[in-house]
Amino acid sequence: MKITAKEAEHAAKLAHIKIDSKQSEKLICELEVIARYADMLKDVDTSGVEPTFHGIVLQNVLRKDVVTNNYNRDDLLKNAPDSHDGCFVVPTVVE
Amino acid sequence: MNLYDKTAHELHDMLINKQVTSVEITKSVIERADKTEQILNCYLERTNEDALKTAKKVDEKIAKGKNISPLEGLPCAIKDNICTDGVKTTCASKMLENFVPFYDAYVVSKIKDENSPILGKLNMDEFAMGSSTENSYFKTTKNPYNTACSPGGSSGGSAAAVSAGSAVFSLGSDSGGSLRQPASFCGIVGIKPTYGLVSRFGCVGFASSLDQIGPLTKDVRDGALALNAIAGYDANDSTSANMEKADYTAALTKGVAGMKIAVISDYMQEGINEQVKKAVLAAVEVLSSLGAELSECAIPSAKYALAAYHIISAAEVSSNLARFDGVRYGYRSGSYNDITEMLENTRAEGFGDEVKRRIIAGTFALSAKNFKNYFEKAQKVRTVIRNDFDKALGQADILIAPTSMTTAFALGEKNDNPTKMHESDFCTCGVNMAGLPALSLPCGFDKDGLPIGLQIIGKAFDESKLLTAAYAFEQSADFHKMRAIIKNEAGEDI
Repeated sequence: MKITAKEAEHAAKLAHIKIDSKQSEKLICELEVIARYADMLKDVDTSGVEPTFHGIVLQNVLRKDVVTNNYNRDDLLKNAPDSHDGCFVVPTVVE
Repeated sequence: MNLYDKTAHELHDMLINKQVTSVEITKSVIERADKTEQILNCYLERTNEDALKTAKKVDEKIAKGKNISPLEGLPCAIKDNICTDGVKTTCASKMLENFVPFYDAYVVSKIKDENSPILGKLNMDEFAMGSSTENSYFKTTKNPYNTACSPGGSSGGSAAAVSAGSAVFSLGSDSGGSLRQPASFCGIVGIKPTYGLVSRFGCVGFASSLDQIGPLTKDVRDGALALNAIAGYDANDSTSANMEKADYTAALTKGVAGMKIAVISDYMQEGINEQVKKAVLAAVEVLSSLGAELSECAIPSAKYALAAYHIISAAEVSSNLARFDGVRYGYRSGSYNDITEMLENTRAEGFGDEVKRRIIAGTFALSAKNFKNYFEKAQKVRTVIRNDFDKALGQADILIAPTSMTTAFALGEKNDNPTKMHESDFCTCGVNMAGLPALSLPCGFDKDGLPIGLQIIGKAFDESKLLTAAYAFEQSADFHKMRAIIKNEAGEDI
């Protein structure tokens, strides 16, 4: 299966990763590997088979509705690239 | 034998008999690492002073006549995708180059409960993506048995450090073979527990439905001891299994008489290195001579496991690594005009090539056009794989396969060929898809002196049986007593 540069660039855009034309070529190869894998799987009869999403069977693991977070705000902000007045700083999102 | 060459249980016996102190052991391992690090590059961060403080505390406890736990005072090291309070956790990525967690992963808190001195953080493929440890942003780890070869990956630093004597034991993680394959390449024991047995809280997620943390040790008894320390229910991991804690050392000496053992024929066919095949079959003969009942079994879906694994893991990667946006933690690009550009540049500059390719491949597999034929199909194939393992394990107690089709490959050999690199996980990734426990232990050496790994696969939460079989085989051979002879650039042994 052939992947076009446009498809590769679209996927990169969705993933929020900027790529240049040189990277785009390598990326096409990688996407073609994934596409080949998907082609291979066509040979497996999965009619009537339910998908498995997890290693063990677990459903609806719930906890009591109580606040348990006890992290300190200053600790949380220590690893932030930019913060101000106890908040994360980002470029303007809405004008 | 040097202190750093000894196993945890040997050192524990010496500690309680007052033949040695924890400080002496810790110093011996630190000095060993000072030498081996110049050649092997296992560590990303070393915390020797903290380790010596813990060792001193343990010695004071022993001097007061108090009992110590099996791993107490025995220095270990942690893969760098597992969070350590106050110590950098980089995932071997530029993205997290300066990230300092302010809490411990569940397993790290358990190691601290044991008073095992922590020597530092170990190298890996960036965000655990790779099978050679060459994808680290910082350095390439080398195989102690041959420094021109890869230690395997992604837990290459974890395996090489234990093999070289620069940690008594270590923790790694395994999503498709990332702990078993390096254990195999470096001639040590690696245990990938059943999904849910060990909490993933504080382990930076790669593919959350496949990841498990496990121990890497010099022998099977050490593996059981380390598993005892880290297994257990944790409410902070919603996939943690809530069950009674087992003592895995109890299983060691049970013996394999009457145990039903099946060799997976699909992992013994085309593509397998003849010397690996011979060593695995010889190991099976040993188990048979000890009274195990032998048979063969098939996992017909084995040949599709890699394909399904790579689609599922890439999809999970794309969603897990969306959190790296340059806002809350990690790298942020210095050049942008708006929020979109900040995200795109941050992720372009912060992630390495392999990580970027997998995120984008996963995004591609999850996109509206491809979802059904890629992601959903792969998840259905996952069910087929799981059913095949269930069927095989319905007829046998444990299954046997090689851990890897080959011994350690040369550094650089597979770097430019993603398909070839992916094939390193051929014998291991099916186990993660099915959520089963598996263990790798040394079963021989090839003609170049490189270790060969035997893989034992069991039923969910039946780690005890894996350990029974592994211990029986190990004790009938001497492979676990072998230590790598590491040579410096001048060709001298260190």
